[in-house]
This record gives sequence, C-alpha cells and structure tokens, in this order.
Amino acid sequence: MDITKLTVHELKQKLDNKEITIPEIVSAYINRINEKEKDVQAFITTSENEALEKAKEIQEKKEKGEITKQYAGIPIGIKDNICTKGTKTTCASKMLENFISPYNATVIEKLENENLISLGKLNMDEFAMGGSTEYSYFKKTRNPWNLNKVPGGSSGGSAAAVASDTVPWALGSDTGGSIRQPASFCGVVGLKPTYGLVSRYGLVAFASSLDQIGPITKDVEDCAILLNMITGHDEKDTTSIEMEKIDYTKSLKKDIKGIKIGVPKEFFGEGINQEVKDVLQKSIQKYKELGAEIEEFSLDIAQYALATYYIIACAEASSNLGRFDGIRYGYRTKEYSNLRELYKKSRSEGFGSEVKRRIILGTYVLSSGYYDAYYKKAQQVRTLVMNEFNKAFEKYDIILTPTSPTVSFDLGSKSENPLEMYLSDICTVSVNIAGVPAISIPCGVNSENMPIGMQLIGNKFCEEKILNVAYAFEQNLNFREKYKPEFKN
Amino acid sequence: MSREDYEVIMGLEVHSELSTKTKIFCSCPTTFGASPNTQTCPICMAMPGTLPVLNEKVVEYAVKAGLATNCEISRNSKNDRKNYFYPDLPKAYQISQFDKPLCEHGYVEIEDNEGNKKKIRLTRIHIEEDAGKLNHDEFGGGSLVDLNRAGVPLIEIVSEPDLRTTEEVEQYLKKLKSILEYIEVSDCKMQEGSFRADVNVSVRKKGDTKLGTRTEMKNMNSFRSITRAIEYEVDRQIDILEEGRKVEQETLRWDDVSGKTFSMRDKEDAQDYRYFPDPDLVAIKLSEEYINQIKENLPELPESRKERYLDQYKLSQKDARIITSSKYLSNLFEEAIAECNNPKAANNWIISDISRILNEKEIEPSQIPFTGKQLGELIVLIEKGVISSSIGKKVLEELFKEPKSPEQIVKEKGWVQISDEGEIKKVVQKILENNPQSVADYKAGKEKALGFLVGQAMKETKGKANPKILNELFLEELKKEA
Repeated sequence: MDITKLTVHELKQKLDNKEITIPEIVSAYINRINEKEKDVQAFITTSENEALEKAKEIQEKKEKGEITKQYAGIPIGIKDNICTKGTKTTCASKMLENFISPYNATVIEKLENENLISLGKLNMDEFAMGGSTEYSYFKKTRNPWNLNKVPGGSSGGSAAAVASDTVPWALGSDTGGSIRQPASFCGVVGLKPTYGLVSRYGLVAFASSLDQIGPITKDVEDCAILLNMITGHDEKDTTSIEMEKIDYTKSLKKDIKGIKIGVPKEFFGEGINQEVKDVLQKSIQKYKELGAEIEEFSLDIAQYALATYYIIACAEASSNLGRFDGIRYGYRTKEYSNLRELYKKSRSEGFGSEVKRRIILGTYVLSSGYYDAYYKKAQQVRTLVMNEFNKAFEKYDIILTPTSPTVSFDLGSKSENPLEMYLSDICTVSVNIAGVPAISIPCGVNSENMPIGMQLIGNKFCEEKILNVAYAFEQNLNFREKYKPEFKN
Repeated sequence: MSREDYEVIMGLEVHSELSTKTKIFCSCPTTFGASPNTQTCPICMAMPGTLPVLNEKVVEYAVKAGLATNCEISRNSKNDRKNYFYPDLPKAYQISQFDKPLCEHGYVEIEDNEGNKKKIRLTRIHIEEDAGKLNHDEFGGGSLVDLNRAGVPLIEIVSEPDLRTTEEVEQYLKKLKSILEYIEVSDCKMQEGSFRADVNVSVRKKGDTKLGTRTEMKNMNSFRSITRAIEYEVDRQIDILEEGRKVEQETLRWDDVSGKTFSMRDKEDAQDYRYFPDPDLVAIKLSEEYINQIKENLPELPESRKERYLDQYKLSQKDARIITSSKYLSNLFEEAIAECNNPKAANNWIISDISRILNEKEIEPSQIPFTGKQLGELIVLIEKGVISSSIGKKVLEELFKEPKSPEQIVKEKGWVQISDEGEIKKVVQKILENNPQSVADYKAGKEKALGFLVGQAMKETKGKANPKILNELFLEELKKEA
C-alpha cells in the first residue's frame, strides 16, 4: 500500500481500522517529499521534523482518548500567503523572505483545532499575482504531469504538491482563478468558495473584495471534508457571513437527475483551445447521460469581466501592498539617505516585476481624474456581472465552463508577456467578480496527456450543489484511475 | 488699503479623539502615555493578513456628537481608505470616510460677551483612525515609531467658512469642546493632542462676494497659539495681496516658538490620496430605532442647562454662560448646591475665586481636584459661622492643593472662627487701647477708622474672629467711651 496515493477519506478509514498510524502517514509523506520535491519544487518551507513530532504526539493522545477529532493527524500543505505563527510566511516574495507571522490565520486555527499537521508552506506567484507560479521569488514549481510545464498559479505549489502526492491535500487562495486554474493544470480538484464563506483573517491580502481561501484536493469528497473544516463566520473578518454550518459531505451522493446545467456559449468561443472544447463537450454529454438537463445560453457580460477584474484587483492590491514599506517588517534596502529613498529602494528591490506592474496599474486607476473612468466604471460593471449571474441562476443550478482556455503551457512561454498570462484567467475571473463559488475538476486529458479542467459554478452559498454535481461526474469518469502524472521531462 | 478694508473668512477642521476604551479597529486600549508600542497588536501594527473590525462604540459616539450638533445622521455610511506613505501610518492608508460621512449639515451656536448669538454651520462629522507618533531620536539621529496612538478613534468635525474673527474661532472651539465633554464622547485635552484644530483662512476685500484663496494651518496646540497663528496668517495674506501678488493654496505648519507659519509641502508634491471604499469593511447601516435610542439618551446639553440656571437659580446671563460652558464647572455647581442648597454662594465661588485660581494655575476645569460636594461643605461652614469667608478663601486654596473635607482642613489648620464674646471683647479692648488715634478719629466722625480697628482685630486673631460679633463689640465699646 502506498499511503501517499490515498485520498484523505481513504486514509481516515485506514486510521479508523488501525491499519496505519499517524507517524506512518507523516513519514510516508516525508519520504515522498524527499523523493519528488527536487523535481517538482512545490515547497518554500518544509516542516518535516515538527510534523513528525506532532504526529507522535497526536497518535499518543488519540490512543489515550484525549483527541477525538475525526481527521486528527492528517497532514496538509499550506499556501505561503496564509499566516502561520512561528514559521515563515513569505508570499513567495523577497519582501517577506524572512517574515514570521506573530499570529495564526483563522483557517490555520481551525485546522489546528482539527489536529491536522502542516507539512510546510507551498510555492505560489509572488503575492498571488500570476497564473503560472513563475513569479515566485524563490523557485519555479513544475507540473507533475510534465516537468517542463507550469503548474498554473497562483496556487501552483498547492496544486503540484497534491498532484505529486507530497501532501494529501492543501489550502490555496483564489482571487481570479488562483485555485481553480492550477487545479485544472495539475489534474486535481480545487474549490473557490462563495465570498464570505471562509474567513480571510490571516490571508495576506491581494484584492480584499475577491480573495477567498479554498481547498485543493485529490477528489471531490476530500474537497467537501476540507471545506467543512474551514468555513464559518469569524468575528475578525466582517466580510465573513453569519450562517448555519453546512455539512458538505452530506449530499455528495445525491442523484443529479433533473439538475439544470447552463452552458454559456461565450466560454466555448474564440481563444478556447479545440482539444479543451472537445473534452468539455464530451463531459457535457456525460452529464446528459447522468440525467442532467443541459441548455446553452448567453452570459454576454462575461467578456467585460477580465478588464473589470484587473482594474478592481490591481486597485485594491496597490493599497493593500502599501504596508510593505520597509519600516516595521520585511525587506529594507541597505543604504538610503532619507525617508523617500528608503521607501523607493525597499519597494523597488523587494517586489518583483509583476507585483510592481499591478501596483502601478492600481495606483493609476485610483488616481484623481482617472477614478471615474476606471475604478468607478469597473464597480458598475461588477454590479452588472452580479446581476447577470443572478439571472442565470434563476434558470440553472449550475453553470458549466472550461476552467482555463488551454492546458498547462511551457515554462517561460508566457512569463514575459503579461497580457497573454492575464488571458489565462478569462474563464475564472467572472466568478470572483460575482462572488459566487466554483469548483474545477479534471474531466480528461489532451493528446499530450495534460489534464483538462471543467469549472462548475453555483449560486452564492450553493457549494453543496456544486460538490454534488462534481461528485457524480467524478464517480462516472474515474479520472484518477485512468490518468496519472508521469513526471516526464 | 489698510487691514480694516479686508474681511477674514475661516473654517475649521477639528479632530477630537473619542474616549472609547479600545481602538477603532482592534481591541487595544487607548490609554494615553503608555510606553511606546505597548498598546499594539498585529492589527494596529498592520501585520500582513490582518483585518479591521469597526468598534461599534465609535459609531455610537460619533452619532451622539452629530445629534448634539444638530446634524443629519446618515442611515447608510461607509469607510474609505486614504492612501499615503508615512512611517506613523502602518497600513500606508488611513481608514476614514470620504463621500458618505456619518453626520452632515449641522450647526452650533456661539455667543459673544454681549450675548449676541451666531450659528456656525457644520459641513460634516466623520470617523477615522489616528496615526502613530514619530519620536525623533536626538542622539542616534534616527526616528522611532510609536504606534500606541495608531488606531485611536477620531471624529473630524468640519465647519463651513462661517467664522470671521479670532474671538469667534475661540468661542466656536470652546463650544464644541464643551458639547463633546457634556455628551462624554471625548476628553478634549488639547495638551495631549486629543482635541486639535486645523484652520482654513482666506481674506478678501470687504464687499467682495468671491472667496479668496485659502491656506490651511496645522500644529496649533492651544487657544492662544490658534489666535496667534490666525493673526500672523491674516497679516501675511494681506501683505501678499497689498503687494499685488497671489496667495498660494497650501498647507502651513504653525511654529509656536518663532511665531510663524511654514509651508509643509510644495505643489509638485501635491498629495493624491486615492480614496476608495475599504473592501475589508461592510457598509455602516443605522436603523431609525438605533438613532432614536441615542437621541433619547442624550444628556442635557449646555444650552438647555443654561436656560435652566436662569430660570431655576436666577443666575445672570453671563454667569450662567460661564458656568455651563464647561461640563466640569457645571457639575461642580450642581453638586455644591445639592450639598449647601445655596446657588448664589456656589455661583459666586465658581465665578470669582475658582475661576481666578484656574487662570493663575493655567489649568482647565476638568483638572479641578476637589468635588462639588466639598465646595458645598465649604459654603455650609461659612453659613454656619464656623469660619469666616476670608478663611473660606484659604480653605479653597488648600482644596486645590489637597482635596479633603473642608471641615478637616479647618480643624487641622486651627481656623475655627472665634465666636466667644468674652474672648473677642478682650481683643477689642486691647486694640482700642493700642490705637487711641483711630478711636479719636472715629469719634471725630471718621467712620473709616472703624474698619481699620476691625482689621487690626482680625490680624490679631489671624482672621478667626467672627466678624459680626467683632463689629458689634467695637461699636458697643466705642459708644461707651463716648
């Protein structure tokens, strides 16, 4: 038995049956990290020793009955923009190269409360800005399916680690597709929850009105389990919603007969790769066979979503990243003769080019004289996007689209061309603009055996339905059995 | 043209720290004067990933201030970010309010010494967070950042350009301060910086209808420096116009030592704050019910207290205005009356002796160390003849030094009045014997001589002789000798 190939719900069963112990699980993952990390480069920081210590401690306490949490001892990987007390949280930036957070993010508190064990912090695009994880200051993560290709981004480390079995599951964050797109590139499951379902406290902010933390997992059931652990109102985040807690595993297996799925034709037009379209069409066919009602419709407004997204996200980012000024923490330039120079040099040297590009863009769109034409206009379009989605959800339970217009691309092929990189978010950004939840699940591979992701979008707080519809498909396709990453060079 | 040909137009931006126990967006304490950076947490230090949570008390206090200054309260309001870099501003933005302040369109009424009233309109009151403080290290040459004050809640009260004279400015500020003290939302301590005013000044030729170019002055930390700054700036602007030049719109820093204003930043550096709604905070929505509840629980304000004093205690307009101008004086007055039931005496003590001592010591009514009850007890001691009113003044001085019961002071100091006739008679006889000339003068019709003799007797008894008995005995003795 290869422990690292198991899903979390399978691991749990083996633990419950006392077939394996927690230290065995953690050791298996450490071995796997030692074996694969040199090729994949998914981690910024690993905490192997601490993890092993903790595994022993939890095993003991569990045997004594002091710990009763169902998933106690299960390891996890954390995207490196989620604050963890006592270990580095770098956001993959030189700016925070040595930064250690004095507090835990709310989601980390929740995971600790579940007695989960962190294996380390995972690579990402600097401050979550990018779609390939190439904008990390530290390293370029590789796609386990083809090591010459990118894992997607910005949660590329999280997706690649799950795909290469160096963690059983991981947390990512999604501002414009940063969970779903890498999940799609790496053939794993990734969910961006409804805005407000998961506390953002302790997630280093990129764009506050769009950011959400979410699970990246091997399968849909694990996704539901991890979602269960991280949701809930947090009084430290006033944008988090107060609502009754839902058990997302409960209705996974419900029959999806009669479910109404809308397919927006704009997401199958120009710019979408033909192989992607073909696999998606096959998937739609599969849903028909499963008894879903499929209907094509127009989500016209989506064409404006990308521009809207880049204005709002950059505007918020330009303000959110102001605190990295070299005064209290983080990188400070070596030599400066006055305050202005301290700011200028620290920020010029501490941030990478993509981050600087977005700060400049965001500063511009908020400047007096331009605010109305850009930021205000973008907010108005945002309202229209929300309205369009609301209208669509009056008719459909789920909206089905590709997650990304292409499969994973070669390392270095887009990193010098920001516009092309931005276009890879085209299918995902409108979801963040509307604040609705969406999942990406693998639905096939292309001719080069690279995974293709399908995005299922639901109405606000309808994660249960999304997971149900995703689960039905997953059971039918059996992607994990059919296709495996090959780590080929 | 001379100075008299110009009209001065002023509007004020007053920042007042709210006296909530905790900061506006985190639960750190707001106590003044703690060691640097001891009242901070990841949120007010702007650690990555932290989020603000609006302190509801801040909204309540600001709404109180709005209602007490006749403002309309916004049912829908929001927080905005004001972006700029400075080491005392850890997030590189200040959370403030831009286009939807909590309170708008209010006014306060000011009154001059002749009782003439004038309404000063308020544009708005909004909530925001204070910044930290930079301590410039005299030895190392660097600057040290203290973030204790970062996140302390403020309200900014913006007036219309309705003020014309330095007197009006002072009356307006005192009135605002008094209102905020009455409703207990701010301590208004100017010397601690919890009540600060920026003044916008412009001048124009009398008769002109168009406003002149204004400058904004900051860094005045007393009423005196505000007056000086305005006088300096008005002269400067008139000089510029008289020379045919133009006043530049700019922000000026008042320097109290040199008595001059200095430009804070040049035009090229003009700040663009890139205001936008803070996405970390939800909109502030206030119900009618909430606003009404605050309205109903608003304490009595200076204006209505003054009316009551005129009516109930028959104080003069002027005295009633002085006493009610400060919550502390007014409370002192009411507590004293509760003890002695003598409004006239309490009024006199506050208006004359207490006000004089406050002036001499240069302290504010809030710093009066003794209670109104103690003042009342002092009044009772005089009424009962236990001490004379001149001893009373000495007791008051003692109360300012160390507040304890007046009775105890009198006892400890041995100031109890001598009312024993036999004892006083001995003193009277002694004084008469020693001052034959005065006796003769009195008999020759110089009534003043009696005063001298009484004074001598008081001196002899260290002020303790009962003045009424003393007077009677002198008259009696002088009559006898006739």
